[in-house]
Amino acid sequence: MSEIKGASVVIVGGGVTGLSAGWWLARDGVDVLVLEKGLIGWEASGRNGGGCSHHHSPLFAEEQRLWPIMDELLGYPTEFRGERIRLASSEHQMALYGRALRNAERQGFQSAVLDVKQAKEMVPLAGDTIVGGYHYKFGGHANPHRTLQGYAWAMQDHGGRILQHTTVTGFRSEGGRVTAVETDRGVIGCDSLVLAAGPQSGRLSAMLGQEIPVQSARCEMIVTEPLPLMPLGGVDGCGLYGRQTLRGNLAYGGGPHEWLAMAEEGTPAKPTSPLMLHMGKRLAELLPKAAHARIIRSWAGVIENTPDGRPVIDRLASQANVVVATLSSVGFGLSPASGHAIRDLVIDGECSFADISSFKLSRFAELEPNWRELQGWQVTAATEALAA
Amino acid sequence: MNTPASDPKSVTGKPLAIDEKVDVLVIGGGAAGLEAAIGAATRGFGVLLVDENPVPFKTMGDDVPLHFGQGMAANARNRNAMMEAFIASEPRIEEAFEAGVDVRLGTACWGLYANGPALGWMPGLVAGLADEERCFLVQAQHVILACGRRDMGLGFPGWEKPGVMGATAALNLATRYGALGPRRIVILGSGTEALTTALALREAGTEIVAIVEQAPEAVGDAALLASLREGGTEILTRHVVREATGRDCVEAATVAKLDEKGHPAGNERAIACDGIVLAVGTTPVIDLIDAAGCKVAFQAERGGYAPVLDADQRTSIANVYAVGDCAGIWAAKTRDRAIAEAEAARAVAALGTAAMTGSAASLPAPEHDISDYRLAWVRASVVEARAEFHVCQCEEVTAREILEVRPPRYLDWQNERRNDRSLTALLGEGPPNPDQVKRLTRAGMGPCQGRRCREQVAALLALAAAQPLSAIPLAGYRAPTRPMPLSMTAHVPEAPEQAEHWDTWFGMHAQWVPFWEVPERYTVGTNDATGPVASE
Repeated sequence: MSEIKGASVVIVGGGVTGLSAGWWLARDGVDVLVLEKGLIGWEASGRNGGGCSHHHSPLFAEEQRLWPIMDELLGYPTEFRGERIRLASSEHQMALYGRALRNAERQGFQSAVLDVKQAKEMVPLAGDTIVGGYHYKFGGHANPHRTLQGYAWAMQDHGGRILQHTTVTGFRSEGGRVTAVETDRGVIGCDSLVLAAGPQSGRLSAMLGQEIPVQSARCEMIVTEPLPLMPLGGVDGCGLYGRQTLRGNLAYGGGPHEWLAMAEEGTPAKPTSPLMLHMGKRLAELLPKAAHARIIRSWAGVIENTPDGRPVIDRLASQANVVVATLSSVGFGLSPASGHAIRDLVIDGECSFADISSFKLSRFAELEPNWRELQGWQVTAATEALAA
Repeated sequence: MNTPASDPKSVTGKPLAIDEKVDVLVIGGGAAGLEAAIGAATRGFGVLLVDENPVPFKTMGDDVPLHFGQGMAANARNRNAMMEAFIASEPRIEEAFEAGVDVRLGTACWGLYANGPALGWMPGLVAGLADEERCFLVQAQHVILACGRRDMGLGFPGWEKPGVMGATAALNLATRYGALGPRRIVILGSGTEALTTALALREAGTEIVAIVEQAPEAVGDAALLASLREGGTEILTRHVVREATGRDCVEAATVAKLDEKGHPAGNERAIACDGIVLAVGTTPVIDLIDAAGCKVAFQAERGGYAPVLDADQRTSIANVYAVGDCAGIWAAKTRDRAIAEAEAARAVAALGTAAMTGSAASLPAPEHDISDYRLAWVRASVVEARAEFHVCQCEEVTAREILEVRPPRYLDWQNERRNDRSLTALLGEGPPNPDQVKRLTRAGMGPCQGRRCREQVAALLALAAAQPLSAIPLAGYRAPTRPMPLSMTAHVPEAPEQAEHWDTWFGMHAQWVPFWEVPERYTVGTNDATGPVASE
């Protein structure tokens, strides 16, 4: 194998978490190289609803500070638009969704309760299926693909590098530190390593002696033809998440997932399913005046989750110069802040702007070895093998 | 707490509302599909044959599934007349009815789902079907795909005008519906598919004014070409259409001669016509095939991206077969329907038998290098265009915007940083991927899902990267492969036990506990997973 020019910091994973971290490091003058086994953004990062409203998270305040200035910071469009509305189709949902307001208020952000009339005024496509809603005067939505590419280009503008079609096969360590990353294209030296490999994070971290417990699942989205723009595109409800894009499409996802066996290597298959129909039905319930809109595409993403669904952003105890990060299905919206946190851990050893102790890997120290079975996160056995 | 056998909030164990179960589902009722359906019924299988023709007028208006280019005559609005014309155009449809095949016309297949390692939820092979009123799911033991052909779009200024259309759309309108609007047609391309289309259109009463070919010589069959010439068609080699002109629709095609290097040069001439038929690249319809997860690959001898098949027409998904034009297009097959019918017969014979290891028989060499040919057309017509036009009409994206990977104009992004970079600098090393370009420019993202622009986008990327077409990945297809109104999705009921859990994605209560309440240790045993919670 040949040697490839290494970097001070090598980041494994060209998803939104890895690229945001890469950008934060590069803008501080760090020599950073991102490795991606396929194309950047081809996994979960490109397959989410674009929501940016994570009021339960210690990164929420930083997330909210950064999104409105991300276009300016990156130098590329993200299509971010602020504020969100959550519509409730039952009193039960109205009560359920109210917790967001209390969490956000505790972190210093305001919301408003909407009655039916107000909700319809703010969401012209809504109809008589709703009982009320909430208007978050925080958060918002952005375009996942465009933002991710913006991170990549901005990182490169600061001198960072990206190697696509590069599969990590192992690591070399010396004295409790990773010194190089082995790939199918050669060995790449590093002073520090960031592991942000999404569904592959568990397998790769196990090679480093401390496995991040994750299990992957498929979830799906649909998109319609463009419709006239509503005043606010970030509308959730009926169990759906998503948005109206700035082009006017309704891009929504939600519903049940399917736990998947992780392919050892290579890009996992991402089939969609007839769940598209159930998402479509709910979207027509959420926005009845859009019932005529035609679904033109559906897609699926493979998304990794930790046992408790919360992110891991931590230094490994087993390797002093390794930071691991999995956002466990909330990666896109938190990415401006998570990248900042990762940069802090790499350079300073701790996060400067938030208490991220709840993201520590040590919370799983007593986790049952058979936690996947216990939680029921088990793969549905395929009844028909694929032909050669 | 009880240990759940499976996650109640996942799809595991949730039934699908399957309307019908059949032994064999045949999708597409052309020569191959009919042969497959009749053959399977004769062998004793229960057979459902669906064909989306007659295509609803509104769907034609969106250039789905073919590039109709608003070339429909007024009578195309009369659905009953179209149904009668369609049935009359193919005698074997009657034969299929008589053989006991359940024939359903006006029924499209918008999705095909196969049980597999990444989709354990499916009970087997499940197809999503829809007619104009209803959407439903069918489970099939075997699926035979006979989805037909479509045409590469080729842009030039004015190509968005009504009257610019794909060859297969023109052919179907003329020969199966009797509803082709244009009466005087200029055809681009001179391959066998172009020439046979020209002759069929002429037979149906349309005047073929000219064949325009960018290559120095016609690439198709000499006898077919001679027949056209004798009928008064002008053969213009080393020519290209520079513009489609006309107030509201095509009234003339402005053509120009190309110099030795393929650049338009010298005088331009207007040819009066009311239709311009794009026949520079006929390609298998693989939308459903790719969306289902079958392996597809660029196979020049099969006309471009085509499913990877074995000797019995099996795809890479068990019990899924491809026959007819969607299995591959080549000159001899275009001229002799017996070749497609033989494919169908092989598939029927293979039903229920174990897969052999033999690969498909080698095919005759293509009559021309389709990669070079298509790239030359795009270079001459799109790259050398005299004015900017939208390669992607749905999303209004120009060739320059595609190659510079520019954000859509509605963002009004003025910062020009990046746009002086090469394609490799913009997209990274490796062959440029049309899906990547689509996400950033929106080219191919609209209601026609790239049916008009996808081959042009691929060709532009190939030219910019100095790569053959075969190196450019396929822009992927996804269900629904036909647009579906949201209102129609309610027809398939959701299992009640699945409907309960939508507010908590992945069913993870702990994920949404605010960080100030998070316990220091997490175990399944101590985690309280009861009660309602809402995800954000």
